[in-house]
Parts: sequence; C-alpha cells; structure tokens
Amino acid sequence: MLLARVIGTVVATQKHAKFEGAKLLLVQPTTVDDQPRGVPLLAVDSVGAGVHERVLIVIEGRAAGEALGRKGAPVDAAIIGIVDQVDVTE
Amino acid sequence: MQLAKVIGDVVVTRKDENLTGVKLLVLQPIAADGSRIGRTLVAVDAAGAGVGEIVFFVRGKEASFPFHPTEVPADAGVVGIVDHWDLG
Repeated sequence: MLLARVIGTVVATQKHAKFEGAKLLLVQPTTVDDQPRGVPLLAVDSVGAGVHERVLIVIEGRAAGEALGRKGAPVDAAIIGIVDQVDVTE
Repeated sequence: MQLAKVIGDVVVTRKDENLTGVKLLVLQPIAADGSRIGRTLVAVDAAGAGVGEIVFFVRGKEASFPFHPTEVPADAGVVGIVDHWDLG
C-alpha cells in the first residue's frame, strides 16, 4: 500500500457498469514525509475520504475490487483508510 | 519476496472493515548488503513484526492470504522476520 493525498474528485458519466455509484478520487502518492512522488492516480473510495485528506491506497486489482464490494470490477486502485498518524523512527 | 526494514507504523481509524485489527507497517526495502533501495511502502503484518526489524514481504494479492477467509484489501504483506542472511 502507499500513502497518498486526495487532490481532487473525478466525475465520469459514461463508464463501465461496475463503476455505477462508485466515488472516484484523484490521489497523489507521497513519501512517508508527505512529499509528492510519482504520477497522480484515480482510486475508488469506500471509506468516505475527502479532498486534502491523507489516505492509504491499495494498488492491486483484486483488493481494489473487494474494497469496492464488487468482484470483477475493472479497477486497480482503491482508498482503504484515512490516515490519522504515521510514525517513522528513522 | 523481498527483504525490508520496518521503519515505522501507520495509524488508521476510519478504514475498510476488513482491515480491522490488522497492523500496518512502513517498510523500506533493502538490498542484499543491507542498504536502502527503492521507495518505502505500507504493508499489512502477518508475522508479528515490529519497528527496527528486518523482515521479508510479499507483493500482490497473496498479501491477503494469511488472513483467509477475511478478504483483507492488501497489496503488500510482511510474512516473516529475518534472523540473519548470508551471502555466498
């Protein structure tokens, strides 16, 4: 999983049926010290995250489908938690 | 599987219900000589690992297998704590 920041929302009217009702957010993966790293991704949200929040994302198809509660959904990334705190000792 | 050092942990209160009770660790992958290599990641813990330990972890849907039948939404998981390793 990766730490990320929610940087926006995505609206798409025409989409695969498995996306019906799913919330799509634009997330920017970050390092542990909250610096942007890599390209932004679209992730489905099942935990009620909002823009600017720090989140935990999973980047794997089956896990993302489970987070969405739909097997066989054509997704590869999902928000699975809202981060309260990251403790890094070194 | 890959070697990594556990460098921290993540506290997440609001989360996917299948993550309840699962410990989340920040991993820094390491090379065979113990030096840091690659980007840090967050992994679920299936080995009882803690900060400062050298572990090995698996990537992909297999990370959720130790929690079967709970379908934990994970793409990386710690599956062992390394006592030592030797280079031939």
